Amino acid sequence: MTTRREFLATAAGLAGGIRLAAVAAPAQATPAAMQEAVRKVIGTAQVRKGRVKLDVPPLIDNGNAIALSVAVESPMTPANYVKALHVFAERNPLPNILSAYFGPRSGRARVATRVRLADTGTVIAIAQMSDGSFWSDSAHVVVTLSACLEEALI
Amino acid sequence: MARAVVSVPATAKRGEVIEIKTLVQHVMETGFRRTQLGELIPRDIIRTFVCTYNGEEIFRADFHPAISANPLMTFSTVATASGTFEFKWAGDKGFSVTESAKITVA
Repeated sequence: MTTRREFLATAAGLAGGIRLAAVAAPAQATPAAMQEAVRKVIGTAQVRKGRVKLDVPPLIDNGNAIALSVAVESPMTPANYVKALHVFAERNPLPNILSAYFGPRSGRARVATRVRLADTGTVIAIAQMSDGSFWSDSAHVVVTLSACLEEALI
Repeated sequence: MARAVVSVPATAKRGEVIEIKTLVQHVMETGFRRTQLGELIPRDIIRTFVCTYNGEEIFRADFHPAISANPLMTFSTVATASGTFEFKWAGDKGFSVTESAKITVA
């Protein structure tokens, strides 16, 4: 005979299992998929933390339009400038969000746009400097209404 | 024809870092959404954005489906000489929009 307590514990476990399965569905990228996407863009280079400032709200109501800006500390001279900036989200079906390319004439390595996020997770920005080094910053973002995967009303 | 709006300062001092804002009309359909009948809606996004200043490329960006509808792009450049900025967006289904803006550098 199953007691009420045991029944509830089992039900909770099952529900947890279902949630895990939903997260692992191929439509949503996992952190491993993000790592792969990052490697595809930057190769095997080592990425260090710092010099990049990723600005994204920590809590988001609507994942369809999130103000995101990234700034990189750099003098932006012909000898030392930011070549490229890549932004990824670990929970998006396609982790890549944006790649921006700068030059010494950019003056300031800063870019601002609006992005979509599918689920709560980490967003990472990686900057490639002209000397070949890579720097990054990441932010954890809580999303209550997901983008990308919702059913279209058509 | 999709509309594009760009914001470039009309005048600037030589050597000054100016901020440019661009907005273009586009649905940016992700290719991950389904209709209520379960059919996948094909991807239809802007792929690339290029900005040139007197013919020289100063900024370029690759967009992915995670860029919101009606993409907004804010970036900077150094005002070097009076002239024209050309903005070009290109994407799926032959999407192509160009816009230009003039600047006077003192």
